[in-house]
Amino acid sequence: MSNLNSIQYFIPELFLTAAILVLIIVDLVLKDRKGHIIAYLTAASAIIAGILAYQQFNLPAASLFQGMIVVDSFAIFFKILAAFSTAIIVFISLDSFGDKAEYNILLLIVTLGMFLMPAVNDILMIIIAMEIVGLMSYVLAGFHKKDLKSTEAALKYMIYGAASTGIMAFGFSLIYGLTGHTNLYDIQTALVNGHANPVAMFVAFMMILGGLGYKIAMVPFHFWVPDVYEGAPTPVTAFLSVGPKAAGFALFIRFLVTVIAHPTYGSFGSFTQNVQIQAPLLLAVLAVLTMTLGNFSALNQKNIKRMLGYSAIAHVGYMVMALVVLNNDAFGAVMFYMIVYLFMNFGAFWVVESFASKLGGEEIENYKGLGYRDPFTAVSMAIFMFSLTGLPPFAGFIGKVYLFSAVIKQGWYILALIGVLNSVVSLFYYLSVVKSMFLRQEDENVPIQSSLYHKVLVVIFVVPTLLLGVYWQPIINFTTHSIGIFFGK
Amino acid sequence: MIQLESFLIISAIVFSLGLFTVIYKKNAVGILMGVELILNSVNLNFVAFSKYVDAHINGQLMAIFIIILAASEAAIALAIILNIYRNRASVDVTQLDEMKH
Repeated sequence: MSNLNSIQYFIPELFLTAAILVLIIVDLVLKDRKGHIIAYLTAASAIIAGILAYQQFNLPAASLFQGMIVVDSFAIFFKILAAFSTAIIVFISLDSFGDKAEYNILLLIVTLGMFLMPAVNDILMIIIAMEIVGLMSYVLAGFHKKDLKSTEAALKYMIYGAASTGIMAFGFSLIYGLTGHTNLYDIQTALVNGHANPVAMFVAFMMILGGLGYKIAMVPFHFWVPDVYEGAPTPVTAFLSVGPKAAGFALFIRFLVTVIAHPTYGSFGSFTQNVQIQAPLLLAVLAVLTMTLGNFSALNQKNIKRMLGYSAIAHVGYMVMALVVLNNDAFGAVMFYMIVYLFMNFGAFWVVESFASKLGGEEIENYKGLGYRDPFTAVSMAIFMFSLTGLPPFAGFIGKVYLFSAVIKQGWYILALIGVLNSVVSLFYYLSVVKSMFLRQEDENVPIQSSLYHKVLVVIFVVPTLLLGVYWQPIINFTTHSIGIFFGK
Repeated sequence: MIQLESFLIISAIVFSLGLFTVIYKKNAVGILMGVELILNSVNLNFVAFSKYVDAHINGQLMAIFIIILAASEAAIALAIILNIYRNRASVDVTQLDEMKH
């Protein structure tokens, strides 16, 4: 589609750009009288952008700006997820950063990047979109300028990010050299019809995995995760664990189904490799490494944010495991899991964030006796922990069932078995938090008064975690309708 | 006429030097220089491929955008490094072990 015609389908992104500029000016005009106004406006802009994106859901898929980006239901699903997670993060960080206009504006810029990431259709857009998200995330991670941990987290995030982006760009330059195209669809056509050297293709794939794997925190590109998750401000940690990761997965899936594989002729919904480079096997090995390393490193963590960081690595392992089979079942399962993960992970991080000062720290030790001091929060936290483990009545279980069933259907039994064994291991460290809250108590249980705001947000996260465990059909219908990946220039 | 291989060899050497710098430098600014080397090797690759493989100038456009991204990345990275220097009067990354367990 030509540039001028494309603008009418680019409204959500244009709206976000306008909102960012307007908010900067509003901040200048209001000066010191602003209170939480900017935060509320940020949340409103994110939600409006999500609604604008949803209005394009039923439009026929098309490519915009002469093949630079696409608008299809797959991209729109992740745009809605991005907008929703940003809006929630604004409310999670209302207490700590509500009066910091620049924090909220940075969040909105990351949202713009996350709107572009699932919609990319060109190597150029992949690099630009990932850099928009990445650069703003570095600043967000180091937002506590005086805090040593926060600045250290920002530096580590930035160094790993810059290096892995460079390596990924080198991989893309090799793909460009192999095919002579930058458009993903053209690359696919050239690879299917041409005779690209499998070794060169494999090397390029490995290098690109460096960048994409860093974004979604996959082993062996996970080294930044524990330090950044512990050092960054808690709301930022929560945001990084869901928002950019979901966008990263969207980009990863789109990369897999265009550059690495193409739709199998005759059966829609499954994909064949463009060049035989054993990509599924490589992904399977990385998935096993990711979940095993994540789970076993989480076992002896004292800091709850660090523990959640390693557990986030393990969850990435489960999702990469599903991508191994390269079909629509797996993509739907990953998308469903991302929704479930959003609620349970945000819930856990919200409890950590709002209780850090009341409990005097973020160590698991600090949660001693919380079950007697504030039963409501402790029970909710226990629900999040059980759901993250994947125990039956909760949403995490259903998410894992879909992931594992996608893998088992294609005959990767050993992979699924390792995944299940890993879930058992994860029970141990999630339960240690529950044990600390309920089975141990201090000499005197001083009740903690939590505000209504805290309770309302906890309820917002607990209800979907419980509800999606017993009634998930509407969400599955939505994800099934969202796998309309567009192929074309 | 210079062959495509010559460009690729040079860019591979620059890339390796950049990666080596990133891994072995202890100074945060030094690491940043390594990243710049990696990005420049990417640029060299794109421009060379654009001349020899592609009929269009897509690769040269990519190079221009990557130069811009490298500049913005350097700006943010230097801001973060400056902040670290203010807090601890050192930019040695091996001393950053606030969270080691």
